[in-house]
Amino acid sequence: MARISVRVNGVEHTEDVEPRLLLVHLIRDKLGLTGTHVGCDTSNCGACTVHVDGHAVKSCTLLAVQCDGSEVTTIEGVGSETALHPLQQAFWEQHGLQCGYCTPGMIMAAADLLATNPDPSEAEVREALAGNLCRCTGYQNIVKAVLAAAGGMSAQAAQPRREEVTA
Amino acid sequence: MGAPGAEAAKTTEPGGNGFVGRSLKRKEDPRLITGGATYTDDMVLPGMLYAAIVRSPEAHARILSIDTSAASEAPGVHAVFTGEDMDDLAASCPMVFLPPGVEMRIPDHWPLARGKVGYVGQAVAVVLGADKYAVVDAATQVVVDYDPLPVVVDPEKALEEGSPIIHEEFGTNTVFEWSLAGGDMEAAFRDADVVVEKRLVNHRTAGAAIEPRSFLAQWREGRLTFWSSTQIPHICRVLLSIQLGITEEKIRVVAPEVGGGFGSKLQVYGEEVLACWCARRTGRPVKYTATRSEEMLVTHHGRDQIDYVKIGATRDGKLTGIHAKIIQDCGSYHLIEGPVIPTFSACVISGCYDFPAVQTDIVGVFTNKFTTDAIRGAGRPEATHFIELTMDALAEELGMDPLELRRKNFITEFPNERPHGFIYDSGNYHGTLDKCLEKLDLDAFRREQAELREKGIYRGVGFSTYVEICGLGPSRALGPDGWGMQGGYFESAQVRVLPTGAVTAYTGVSPHGQGHETGFAQIVADRVGVTPDVVEVIHGDTNTGPFGKNTYGSRSLAVGGEALARAAEKIQDKARRIVAHKMEAAPEDIELTEGRFEVRGSPGRGMTLAEVAGEAYIPADLPDGMEAGLDEICFYDPPNFVWPFGAHACVTEVDAETGRVDIVRYVAVDDCGPAINPLLIEGQIHGGIVHAVGQALYEQMVYDADGQLITGTFVDYALPSAADVPSFETDRTETPTPTNTLGVKGVGEAATIACSPAVVSSVLDALRPLGVTELDMPLTPMRVWQAIQAAEGGAS
Amino acid sequence: MIPSAFEYVAPESLDEALAALRDGGEDAKVLAGGHSLIPLMKLRLATPSLLVDLRRVPGLSGIQREDGSWRIGTMTTHYEVTGAGLGLASAAAGTIADPQVRYRGTLGGSLAHGDPASDMPAVLLAAEGSVTVRGQSGQREVAAADLFEDFLTTAVGEGEILTEVRLPALEGYGFGYQKFNRRKEDWAMVAVCALVKKAADGTCEDVRIGLTHMGSTPLRATAAEQALRGQPLDAERIRAAAEQAPEGTDPPADLNASADYKRHLARVLCRRALEQASS
Repeated sequence: MARISVRVNGVEHTEDVEPRLLLVHLIRDKLGLTGTHVGCDTSNCGACTVHVDGHAVKSCTLLAVQCDGSEVTTIEGVGSETALHPLQQAFWEQHGLQCGYCTPGMIMAAADLLATNPDPSEAEVREALAGNLCRCTGYQNIVKAVLAAAGGMSAQAAQPRREEVTA
Repeated sequence: MGAPGAEAAKTTEPGGNGFVGRSLKRKEDPRLITGGATYTDDMVLPGMLYAAIVRSPEAHARILSIDTSAASEAPGVHAVFTGEDMDDLAASCPMVFLPPGVEMRIPDHWPLARGKVGYVGQAVAVVLGADKYAVVDAATQVVVDYDPLPVVVDPEKALEEGSPIIHEEFGTNTVFEWSLAGGDMEAAFRDADVVVEKRLVNHRTAGAAIEPRSFLAQWREGRLTFWSSTQIPHICRVLLSIQLGITEEKIRVVAPEVGGGFGSKLQVYGEEVLACWCARRTGRPVKYTATRSEEMLVTHHGRDQIDYVKIGATRDGKLTGIHAKIIQDCGSYHLIEGPVIPTFSACVISGCYDFPAVQTDIVGVFTNKFTTDAIRGAGRPEATHFIELTMDALAEELGMDPLELRRKNFITEFPNERPHGFIYDSGNYHGTLDKCLEKLDLDAFRREQAELREKGIYRGVGFSTYVEICGLGPSRALGPDGWGMQGGYFESAQVRVLPTGAVTAYTGVSPHGQGHETGFAQIVADRVGVTPDVVEVIHGDTNTGPFGKNTYGSRSLAVGGEALARAAEKIQDKARRIVAHKMEAAPEDIELTEGRFEVRGSPGRGMTLAEVAGEAYIPADLPDGMEAGLDEICFYDPPNFVWPFGAHACVTEVDAETGRVDIVRYVAVDDCGPAINPLLIEGQIHGGIVHAVGQALYEQMVYDADGQLITGTFVDYALPSAADVPSFETDRTETPTPTNTLGVKGVGEAATIACSPAVVSSVLDALRPLGVTELDMPLTPMRVWQAIQAAEGGAS
Repeated sequence: MIPSAFEYVAPESLDEALAALRDGGEDAKVLAGGHSLIPLMKLRLATPSLLVDLRRVPGLSGIQREDGSWRIGTMTTHYEVTGAGLGLASAAAGTIADPQVRYRGTLGGSLAHGDPASDMPAVLLAAEGSVTVRGQSGQREVAAADLFEDFLTTAVGEGEILTEVRLPALEGYGFGYQKFNRRKEDWAMVAVCALVKKAADGTCEDVRIGLTHMGSTPLRATAAEQALRGQPLDAERIRAAAEQAPEGTDPPADLNASADYKRHLARVLCRRALEQASS
């Protein structure tokens, strides 16, 4: 067992873990943050994407012990239903999700892109999401959502394209 | 088949609110975008055991012995079970497709193998323990002694004399043979001036939902609660009852948030029965979550047909008949309905075209591979693929423009009975093709194509005009006396207005990403005079709402949505009578406008639904003979299938040096009837296209000659990413179906059914100057390069 | 998928790390970014008994210019290499897998792993760089040409740590990188990198060509290099040189590419890389 301290979504956690514990299992099983998902065994699908020390990483390919002393942000730390992050808002408005399973990872990967490139082209968005697989959406509305969020984040006044549920 | 006696439904006016037809944002999304949704693997119960499964590394072998002693003693292990321990199961996996008069061979398929294995990955033992890492370690310590048997993986070889026989009890690898025909087949080819024949391999694929399957079973006080990443909780309960030998009322099946299905979760897997059985045996909750590697091995696969197609035509391009022989690789065992899949190919054998004679001969074959069953489109993508590519070949043979050939043979009169008895409900095939061409600008493309060819750049365009059968389905046609599905295919709905006027709508369908909580709320809201935000759509729990038939075959809206509309109309009708009574008016004078039931011609004189609900639940002054409450049920069994259609065009560029194919443009014009929520349709079309592009260009399940799966992870099974596909241009026409009052068809599978021949055809068009005329999917760079090499006048 | 159990240490100095490796014996492994090793461990294709994590060892990360070369710490990530303006190395690093992997995967880890399908080994080989390897008995320089011994086998021995990469800056060289894969995030089916130095008269003063996934190690296309050196850099000569790219290679076939197809790709990609490098 190894003792590690990780700050997750601003909260410090100290845990005794097996060295082989994957970061994604620390997040899901020990900390109960189940918004981060597992979709493959081979670092391909990106459903497990979280931020470690400010960068998007695949939490299924990191050992929890490698993150001792690190700052981790998961989808739960990005926004809430009452205070959506602009990307979450854009995914909603642009219909950027269907089953929702890949969505947290997509949002985390997209957030990383926008942090380094606030005004990406469509091609840059697609490249940045090369490590995140979605089977439902065909990606088109995900890409639209990221572009809309980029626009929205620089100009908050952008009109939502979709109507509210209550007219 | 399906429609005789069907009466055209009268399309109803939904009511005054007009939410139907609008692109409302989805109600499901807030929980999904914040990480708040609960998928099965997110759930933990006190005392829960994790299951790790020991799987066969052999494709065909007798099990000589299984030694579980080391695993049983491994740290953290609670129990280890093998097939022998499960001898108290009441039945093996039922296969529900039993066409009348057809011999169907159904081997016992148990959750844990008994004596023999028939595919790599077959479950042999299960290890249970409280630590999910420890059970995986212990599973590696189960020692199984196998006596390997000869393996056959090629379905055509499996049919040959002398092939290894997979199930000795049958003495053959043939699963079943069935023919579906109509019209004078003999005359069709006798009268033809031109006959083209093709052999097309429609290779094996994976559904590849991003959420791996996950099952959690809890047995408490003699009752089973089972959470499953399933598309079919109601059907699952029936089949669990049959296999576990317990009565249905003791079982509750819940499909929580489900992370995509695409048919792969239209199943009741052995692991589901296993989890329930283990929970009963141990008295502890048991969870099994598949790894992706397990998903690839033993989540049912799709496609895997070899199609021999023959189309006849007169010299001037009038079609005389189509014949297809389908060899369907079923794998070594069945799950719930695999053999029915090629039947769906047979249903649409006529395509959009007025063939006077059609025939499909199906042969199902056992091989030492995993089971094939329904994956998005299920039989219809295969048919569209072989029809459309053979139509292209025929056009080539006739020296005719392929679109002209199509137009010349489009069916234009509806309803239209096809020679094999199916009745196309409605259509406007010229309309979708016109719109597709308008967006594409074919003339401009041909000019560009010619200019680019001068520079050595190879671009091509391909088309697919398709029709699909969906909205499963009319029970009389589909059921035991029809083509033999052992079930009914109605859908249920219940609309319950609560005392304060909020609405709960129960549906028997079980969505997993489609957006029914939104679309169905729009349908109900319009019919009962409220806004969609106060209509909660409940699904996926056998303990709520009536028995339902769940989600597959693009049936949710056309059957489930219609059921809900009808239940809501019963509410509307009762509300009218209550309002009429209170307002001293006739029920027929009450109209629903802008959220109020008002007396026609007397603005302001009326009641809201909340006020009506108050009267219904405090029944002091109801019309004579009226029951209290405001709660209505509908079981809707459709009189016919519905037949969406459309036209897709794909433009590709081929790097003739390397064989790489890139999609440059994709135009899709689909018609699924009037839109409930255009946003949801668009999403289904985008996703459906990429699913088929995946099959056409990237994805393939490959087994080697020993039956080992060599594309067993997402490294080798190449799902395309956002960086590998472009954006698409989509549009719609709206041709209502007379089958239901909403006029709606289905859209979940449409684009997947349409797309693959357009991609392949565009590549063939691009490579025409190089002499390439045949290409089987997936069009990997190497395969395309090899085709160019093989063709006369190859590039290098 | 879950790795088998192992011991783990994260020493705070290189000496401690070397001691831990020595004590750990033959099944001890160095952990850098882990993006080659951890996937293998999850599939249980690698089952080390001890992981010695270098993340706390100071001085193993960063890029410095010295004597016409870049000195790159072993723990420097692909992301950092991508953004460092290192010409060919940056271009190649930017094609590795996907952004998430590039943030964690390290240059040193990738080179020490010795996968012939990885991007960076052939780059180092073509640039004629070297690595510093530290062991119990001191440190040594290993030239790229001597580093890659076989499939997943490098000159970095048991108990040794690759600490630094020396990459010649090769000023005055143009470069081209041509990677052929099915999907953006995939390993190279074949990749070709080219470095070309033009003489004042426009002829080829020097050329280096690296081949990825054309053998059990990264390779130099020496025949193609010889054919072009000293020649005018025109289309015809580039094409002729590129024809010799697969000379002497024995590429491993797989599901996506036969040996023949790989040889063909090597020719096409070599030509394109040379055109890119000399334009």
